[in-house]
Amino acid sequence: MSEQRHQGVVTFTRREVLEAGAVASFAGVTSSSAADAAAPARQAEHGITQRLSTRINGTAMALEIDARASLLDMLRERLGMMGTKKGCDHGQCGACTVHVDGRRVASCLTLAAKVDGREVTTIEGISDGKTLHPMQQAFIDHDALQCGYCTPGQIMAAIACVREGHASSREQIREYMSGNICRCGAYIGIVNAIEQAARQTERT
Amino acid sequence: MRPVRYIRARTVLEAVDAFAQARGNARYIAGGTTLYDLMKLGIERPTCLIDIATLEGADRIDTEGDRLFFGAGALMADVAETRSIVRDYPLLAQSLWKAASQQLRNMATVGGNLLQRTRCPYFRNGAAGVYPCNKRDPGSGCAAIGGLDRSQAVLGVSDACNAVSPGDWPVALTAMNARIELVGLDGARTVSIDDFYQLPGSTPHIEFAMAPGEIVTGITIPKTDAGRRSTYHKIRDRESYAFALASAAVALSMDGDEVRQAHVALGGVATRPWRASETEALLQGQTLTYERALDAARASFNGARPGAHNKFKIELGARTVADAIMIAARGTNHVA
Repeated sequence: MSEQRHQGVVTFTRREVLEAGAVASFAGVTSSSAADAAAPARQAEHGITQRLSTRINGTAMALEIDARASLLDMLRERLGMMGTKKGCDHGQCGACTVHVDGRRVASCLTLAAKVDGREVTTIEGISDGKTLHPMQQAFIDHDALQCGYCTPGQIMAAIACVREGHASSREQIREYMSGNICRCGAYIGIVNAIEQAARQTERT
Repeated sequence: MRPVRYIRARTVLEAVDAFAQARGNARYIAGGTTLYDLMKLGIERPTCLIDIATLEGADRIDTEGDRLFFGAGALMADVAETRSIVRDYPLLAQSLWKAASQQLRNMATVGGNLLQRTRCPYFRNGAAGVYPCNKRDPGSGCAAIGGLDRSQAVLGVSDACNAVSPGDWPVALTAMNARIELVGLDGARTVSIDDFYQLPGSTPHIEFAMAPGEIVTGITIPKTDAGRRSTYHKIRDRESYAFALASAAVALSMDGDEVRQAHVALGGVATRPWRASETEALLQGQTLTYERALDAARASFNGARPGAHNKFKIELGARTVADAIMIAARGTNHVA
């Protein structure tokens, strides 16, 4: 990934986000009868470049992206930030939850182009140096996970849930966390963790 | 997914102009929770996206005066938590917070929600040509009729389509006699929500009474004291974050124990947001009992046309309506 830093802004030049491998390999195929026979069914679709300025976890970034890209794919495939997970890629599981301007959203259904001029926070941006966010610590304290794949999304949703004022009872926590699926079924620990973190937040 | 051009419009006129210039292959995008999802499935294939989420003033919510106004760009989450709506029109707030997840409600707008497409599995899973679908590919046939039809509609079905209208908010808006404000290439107009949604008939791909290039800009609702005695009751396969198997939006104007006027609409059972006119008529002037409510509710299912696996929706739907009527009559229910 080519990257330049100037005036505190990280700038990325364009790289294919979607179908990067397929596009590159087809571009390199020279015309032959075999290639002609195989090529028409699998035509490379070159994206249209979109410029974008955003802040991710406090760092200003200027990027050129494929206009089709999701915020999730931009974070993972383009910026190498693998903390945010791809589960269903259709807004049904919550694994990709991040905050945009402080509100939780499904990054898989957020067009990356839409975060121009906005602030994105991911799981990588919530700890204070080596000190975990109280919600991260609460998930550890309550064993609120097994495989951990849904956990970054759960934690980002949980932080927002408390901030919104939707963590006043176990029933309310369950309702407002229903967009985050845990296939391991660690829900009891998750609700316990959120209750603890909500109490801590009240005290501070 | 096809390559797309992304344009951000600052005003409605700018958006409409951009649509005209794109010559038919553009889509307006607000939250994108339906459109972008369908682009990933290969069902929507626009080459130009015109972002209308950031139009100036598009998220205005106004509850002063003699009507409620919701700008089309207002977020579902924000309308659901508007204090006066929660207090005076619980059915509206409930229809929003019982829909989707908080993540999606923070993205999706109340205007875009009107245009949500069906969750019919055959509609969503056939872009590669595995299943025919008259909505997706007009004239190709319908795999849901005679197929796995547990989730399909029983009211308003035709020989071409039995896909369920998926929304909750449009059902509550139907009960509240909302009007939809539109702006298009030929100027501005308003249309009643009853006229906005189309029955599938022989053209199930035409779902909304909208001209190409028109934008939903706002929703208005005449104020009514029936809002205080109202509920949106939604029955799902799981307790939260699921589409309705059956739902009912009910608002009641009462004279003591007697129903002066009932507003009743159904979701999860019909091919469009469904006004339960028969139920409304039977409740008028009645003193409410559960039995009367259930009789009135059943009347709206007289024309039901179930398939092989969704007959249960007739009884479930009627009981959902009856329960909703009794909850609304208590007039004390609030959102969590």
